[in-house]
Amino acid sequence: MMLLVQSIIAITIRAGTSLVYATIGEIYTERTGVLNLGLEGMMLMGAVTAFAVAYHTGSLVLSLLVAMSMGLVLSAIHAFLCITMRANQVVSGLSITLFGTGMASFLGQRLGPAENSFYLVGLTSVRFNRIAVPFLSDIPILGALFNQDIMTYGMYILIPLAWFYMFKTKHGLNLRSVGESPHTADAMGISVTKTRYLFTIVGGMFVSLGGAHLSLSYTPGWTENITGGRGWIVIALVIFSMWNPARAIYGALLFGGINAIQFRLQIAGAAIPAPVLNMFPYLATIAVLVLVTWLESKGKKRLGAPAALAVSYMREDK
Amino acid sequence: MRLYFEKRKTSSKIVLICVPIISLVISLILTGFLLLVFGVNPLATFSAMFNGAFGSSQNFAETLVKAVPLMLTGLGVSIAFRLRFWNIGAEGQLVLGGVAATWVALFASPYIPAFLLLPSVLLAGALAGAAWAGVPALLKTRLQVDETLTTLMLNYVAILIAEGLFYGAWRDPGGMGFPGTARFPQAAWLPRIYGRVHYGLVFALILAVVLWFFIYHTKWGFELHMIGKNRTAANYLGVNIKRTILVSILISGAFSGLAGASEVAGLARRLQEGLIQGYGYTAIIVAWMAQLNPFASIAAAILMAALLVGGDQVQMMMRLPSAVGLVMQGMILFPLLAGSLFSEYRLRISRTRGEETP
Repeated sequence: MMLLVQSIIAITIRAGTSLVYATIGEIYTERTGVLNLGLEGMMLMGAVTAFAVAYHTGSLVLSLLVAMSMGLVLSAIHAFLCITMRANQVVSGLSITLFGTGMASFLGQRLGPAENSFYLVGLTSVRFNRIAVPFLSDIPILGALFNQDIMTYGMYILIPLAWFYMFKTKHGLNLRSVGESPHTADAMGISVTKTRYLFTIVGGMFVSLGGAHLSLSYTPGWTENITGGRGWIVIALVIFSMWNPARAIYGALLFGGINAIQFRLQIAGAAIPAPVLNMFPYLATIAVLVLVTWLESKGKKRLGAPAALAVSYMREDK
Repeated sequence: MRLYFEKRKTSSKIVLICVPIISLVISLILTGFLLLVFGVNPLATFSAMFNGAFGSSQNFAETLVKAVPLMLTGLGVSIAFRLRFWNIGAEGQLVLGGVAATWVALFASPYIPAFLLLPSVLLAGALAGAAWAGVPALLKTRLQVDETLTTLMLNYVAILIAEGLFYGAWRDPGGMGFPGTARFPQAAWLPRIYGRVHYGLVFALILAVVLWFFIYHTKWGFELHMIGKNRTAANYLGVNIKRTILVSILISGAFSGLAGASEVAGLARRLQEGLIQGYGYTAIIVAWMAQLNPFASIAAAILMAALLVGGDQVQMMMRLPSAVGLVMQGMILFPLLAGSLFSEYRLRISRTRGEETP
């Protein structure tokens, strides 16, 4: 039993890592008032380029840098369209997803070696291996947390840092005020445009890192649609964590955990059909959204969605 | 000297026409450049894509097959967008429409006279789509819950319901391991016009005309316009905003539900994976490209479908990834999105220094 719990925790954390990176990225983007629905495309581009670079150079560091630069470019396009050109954020985000999905699939059939007719599918490369932390990994049950890869350990550090920066520093306050009330922020001398650009791009880089974790560790290698809709799940996770980086882990555990448990249940031949189990996180997300909205209307205190989310800003029209 | 945007009094017609053309040209140049980088002849690729989508009556029929669900969902989404109700749940509404239609065709058919079966199948699809859109509409009008997020979440629930059924309870035991339901009885089949093009095309064209009439020539259309432009003014004019939103979103969902029903009844004649193609997401782009105009939505749906079919053809003929079609869709959309600003604003150069805000 203890071994079972331990293995479920291990799988949950591993499945959740890519989700946490992407969720924290999107939380930062949305907190400044920019909704980016291009996550699926950015994660796929991160995954395909990270794997291609790892395959050809053998350098994991370089892989991560290239993956992040993909997130940088795609989210910069989104930022330019939504912030400077005031385009519709939903349509722009969907376009990023279309383009990123198409481009990743294209690259997956072009960046491989000639002997594999330029395909990346079916190849193996260097990858992140699990590193057991001495002593800590021997703790019963919780030891599972300390037998993970470097990116997961990075996630343990990222979560508190991202929370601290957002809620305990002046910069964090500024970025939240841009998402809550851009006019007020502007009047206080904060550049709405710069803040939104910066965190849309930084957020995008983390999203692509999440994609890179998939192709370099969780399911090593490149397959078409390796993300399996994770980019969309992240949109749900941002709501589920009520736009707070510290809570990003809960949602990731929920989705990752259901993956892990489902796998076990299938082996055990249990009666709960998988789709019903899979539906639960989405329904829970809607419930959280309804609850947050209801509480806000009662108490006037803002808990969740930034007030200016998906609203473009131009100083001239008030 | 500095550049700034000034709001136009009326949106510019010239810009509305020029921007799409320029966008298409930019997209061809950028995609062409990308193909060159990978050592592929761009002109040969584009002509293969064009031929694949429009080159013969059979190819054009395939383009229409893919365009029909995009037309119906695109029209539906455009109703919601007129109200600034960001319904991005067309995908779920379409899938659930397909599920409801399948239920009627397979399980309620013994109790329905044959000549009524097909209408019942289609009606069930439309109703299910409406109901699926009704949930976020109610949450929005009653509790102010953000509709972008709820409609998106419900897409996954609908897809999981459909998958649960055709992989599980409704799976055809005689399907030789192929996931999908049994074939519909013949009375539930939606007839075909040419090739695989089914009567869904006729529904889409008729509904476009009907929608155009309602939007531009009735009180309901005017109310939609008012609510979308200025909610406070609409309220003063005595428009029942909540009821109008609810009714319009139900209609919006019904369009997508009908798309799902005509897909299952006209193409596969069974519920299976092929229904879930992401049409509902592309529909948003179709509606937006068409500036919510019903006739333009039909044209935009054909363009998006042509890129998909053209991409498939390139894969077969030139052994290039079919994803070229998706890449081109994105490449057209980026300049189109950037250009959308110019219909509402004009770029001005100010020569004064110092206090520059006009």
